[in-house]
Amino acid sequence: MAQYKRPTSEAEFKKNFKQKKPLMNDTEAHYESSRCLFCYDAPCVQACPTHIDIPLFIKQIQTNNITGASKTIFDSNWLGNACGIVCPTGVLCVGACVYNHQDVPPIQIGRLQNYATNKVIDSGKEIFKVGETKNNKIAIVGAGPAGIACACELRTLGYEVDIFEAKDKPTGLTVHGIAPYKITNEEVLKEVEYLQNQLGFNIKYHSPITSKEQLQQLEKEYDAIFLGVGLGNTASLELEGEDKDGVIGAVEFIEELRMKQHLLKVPRKVVVIGGGNTAMDAASEAARMGARKTVLAYRNSKEKMGAYGFEYDFAISAGVDSLFNVTPIAIVGNGKVEGVKFAKTETVDGKLQINMKNVFIVKCDMVIKATGQSKKGSLFSLIDDLRIDNLTRIVVNKESFQTSNKKYFAGGDAINGGAEVVNAVYDGKMAAQGIHSWLIK
Amino acid sequence: MIDLSINFAGIKSPNPFWLASAPPTNSGYQVMKAFDAGWGGAVWKTLGVPVINVSSRYGSIDYRNTKMMGFNNIELITDRPLADNLREIEEVKKYFPDHAVIASLMVESRAEWEQIIKDVENAGADGIELNFGCPHGMCERGMGSAVGQEPEVLKTIVEWVKEAANIPVITKLSPNISHIIDPGLAAVQGGTDAISLINTIKSIVGIDLDSYAPYPIVDGKGSNGGYCGPAVKPIALHMLKDLAQHTEISKVPISGIGGIETWRDVVEFILLGATSVQVCTAVMHYGFGIVREIEAGLRQFMEEKGYNTIYDFAGKALPNVMEWKYLNLKHKVIAEINKDKCIGCDLCYIACDDGAHQAISLPKDVDNRIPSIIEENCVGCNLCSLVCPVENCITMVKIDDGTEHITWNERTLNDDVPTTFDDDRAGGKGHFVPKPTDALKK
Repeated sequence: MAQYKRPTSEAEFKKNFKQKKPLMNDTEAHYESSRCLFCYDAPCVQACPTHIDIPLFIKQIQTNNITGASKTIFDSNWLGNACGIVCPTGVLCVGACVYNHQDVPPIQIGRLQNYATNKVIDSGKEIFKVGETKNNKIAIVGAGPAGIACACELRTLGYEVDIFEAKDKPTGLTVHGIAPYKITNEEVLKEVEYLQNQLGFNIKYHSPITSKEQLQQLEKEYDAIFLGVGLGNTASLELEGEDKDGVIGAVEFIEELRMKQHLLKVPRKVVVIGGGNTAMDAASEAARMGARKTVLAYRNSKEKMGAYGFEYDFAISAGVDSLFNVTPIAIVGNGKVEGVKFAKTETVDGKLQINMKNVFIVKCDMVIKATGQSKKGSLFSLIDDLRIDNLTRIVVNKESFQTSNKKYFAGGDAINGGAEVVNAVYDGKMAAQGIHSWLIK
Repeated sequence: MIDLSINFAGIKSPNPFWLASAPPTNSGYQVMKAFDAGWGGAVWKTLGVPVINVSSRYGSIDYRNTKMMGFNNIELITDRPLADNLREIEEVKKYFPDHAVIASLMVESRAEWEQIIKDVENAGADGIELNFGCPHGMCERGMGSAVGQEPEVLKTIVEWVKEAANIPVITKLSPNISHIIDPGLAAVQGGTDAISLINTIKSIVGIDLDSYAPYPIVDGKGSNGGYCGPAVKPIALHMLKDLAQHTEISKVPISGIGGIETWRDVVEFILLGATSVQVCTAVMHYGFGIVREIEAGLRQFMEEKGYNTIYDFAGKALPNVMEWKYLNLKHKVIAEINKDKCIGCDLCYIACDDGAHQAISLPKDVDNRIPSIIEENCVGCNLCSLVCPVENCITMVKIDDGTEHITWNERTLNDDVPTTFDDDRAGGKGHFVPKPTDALKK
């Protein structure tokens, strides 16, 4: 039994997608920040991919230096506001908080971070400085977290920056691919606007870079190019009937949901295929959009799922049912999806095997494939001497983020195959420093 | 059977918990409400020639998530008509004949003192408290702490009062003085029946960063206030100890005041010689109901220790407070970290390394955050155990066998004083002091 009514207005949508990490008020931030122990060589800092000086910004919140707290955060992380909200803090900073060893609730670091950055963003206060103008121009492909972070850092170093973005909004998956109960569109976009207002990098929307000619043009006009292109659409499962109406990739489904919100129609019965965090989000979202039945189907056991336990629990709490040890073998229906034919799987000698004798159909009106995104291999092949690994990830130098083609740098999902926003932000910043070191050589 | 009642210089009270002369005792309504809640006595807000008060009046210091750790005020004595106060004292005594109502007084001339004493005696007050402590406003007019800071003047006024009064007289002292014995002795020599202390401490609690005025702000300006609240307890305890250890002064009972909020505070004041306690800030913060915790805690303590009255343990800590030169130089404790309880915040490490004796080390393995004590460097200073956020994780363990005892005083008398740190007698043998440049290597 689904618990959610189909949202028919913006208000109902907001209610169904209530923010998991709501903004702290002043009093809550005051009390929460007062609990921080100011650990020496704090484990939370070590656990943060961008190494934000967390005890410092919390102390700054405590002493009511909110601007200073925001500076501390943005100094390490150009999407400090978004990361405060969407980071899986339970396995990063908050998970490392020493209070966990005392069975005392750990400090809510993400929410404190968001409290500070949100305040300074809303105030419009200028806290960044553009660096002394350099004569070099840098092109960035993709206005996702890596690209934005790279642009910001390059501007503080004085470089002119143009970002080429295929879509009409910045931040990539942060605005298009994250569940609406994790962050709102407004929250994401206002941070970029705040950064752009002060740092003045250009974003050229509706400007996908897909051809050799475009790349050559970029190489001619710019001194360095940063590839923050992320991943592509949901990869095909090569299933019989996969082309039927009502079969959609999770990334495409979430993007449509984020953009259309309550105007998106989700049918009565939905099957979500996959066991990662995106599958959990897609299932939870379908349930919150009023699907009467949402079934999560994963080919292995519950323990083998890639999703964080808390993400699975969150989906279940939204009324999602789950099926384990099942694999889809066909999508059935007459032009339109009517069900998914599954076969049971079992582990024999440590290997997952499909038992074709045990086959059944789960009826549904929609199938969401949360089985991973494709890589942008075709784009990579257009770039001369660009080395990619066997998983179609761009290979970079770990310190400079420079690729095998010296003019190109890369970061984010394009080099790691799909990780958190915070990892992409770190890559973008480091790549900017790598570009700078390379250009001044 | 525990009996909390006291007889304080002839003033009887069902328990030692009194309200200090302050805003909570400004009216009969408040005092009745307090008695009803469980307070045994109240020192009425100082009566005198009525004054005009300003707005605003209070400022405070919050420490992290704790509100009003320190509190200050620039309020003067009562601004209500004397007749109203006297009528209400009479009414309270009618309802609560067994509770202690003490009138705090502050006037200037001998004639005024004589008149006001007669007035409060007629109203039925059980005692008088002389306000020689108020450090703001009234002292500018030659009263309050202006008297408390002049032992001769104080003594003279106490003599006037004693000559006129038929009820017990308590002299309330100001802490705004370097040597509390002087006014304490003057009060006793003037014939006072008891002493109370401390009054508030001259203070500025903070400056507003936009108007550049001290708190509390009165039309863009401010004045020094009187500081009180939990922050002042250590100062009060120390002054109480000075008086209670004095042979002559300790002949009169002492009412302890200063930052009292919990049963433990009360016990500590009593252990240092107080036989009644007065509370103000805690009531201004939490209301009269705070006495429930104080009384329950005191009873629990007495039950566990086997005391029947507060006189069974009053002053019990006094013989243990002595001059530094009489402390045993052979006593040695070192810190011990309970590795199972440690949560790896490493505050002890950095506190010791930066703020003490470089006696704690961290493991080389970066994933292991459990620190260790370097025993030869640990001087037993307690700092690590004080900063540790985990209950009972760092304890100080005695390592001397208790057989040796030598004090600085004895050393000096025997001309047996070490001149270097690296000397068995100095206790510095084996103590490793890093080179200054080692600081830059980490």
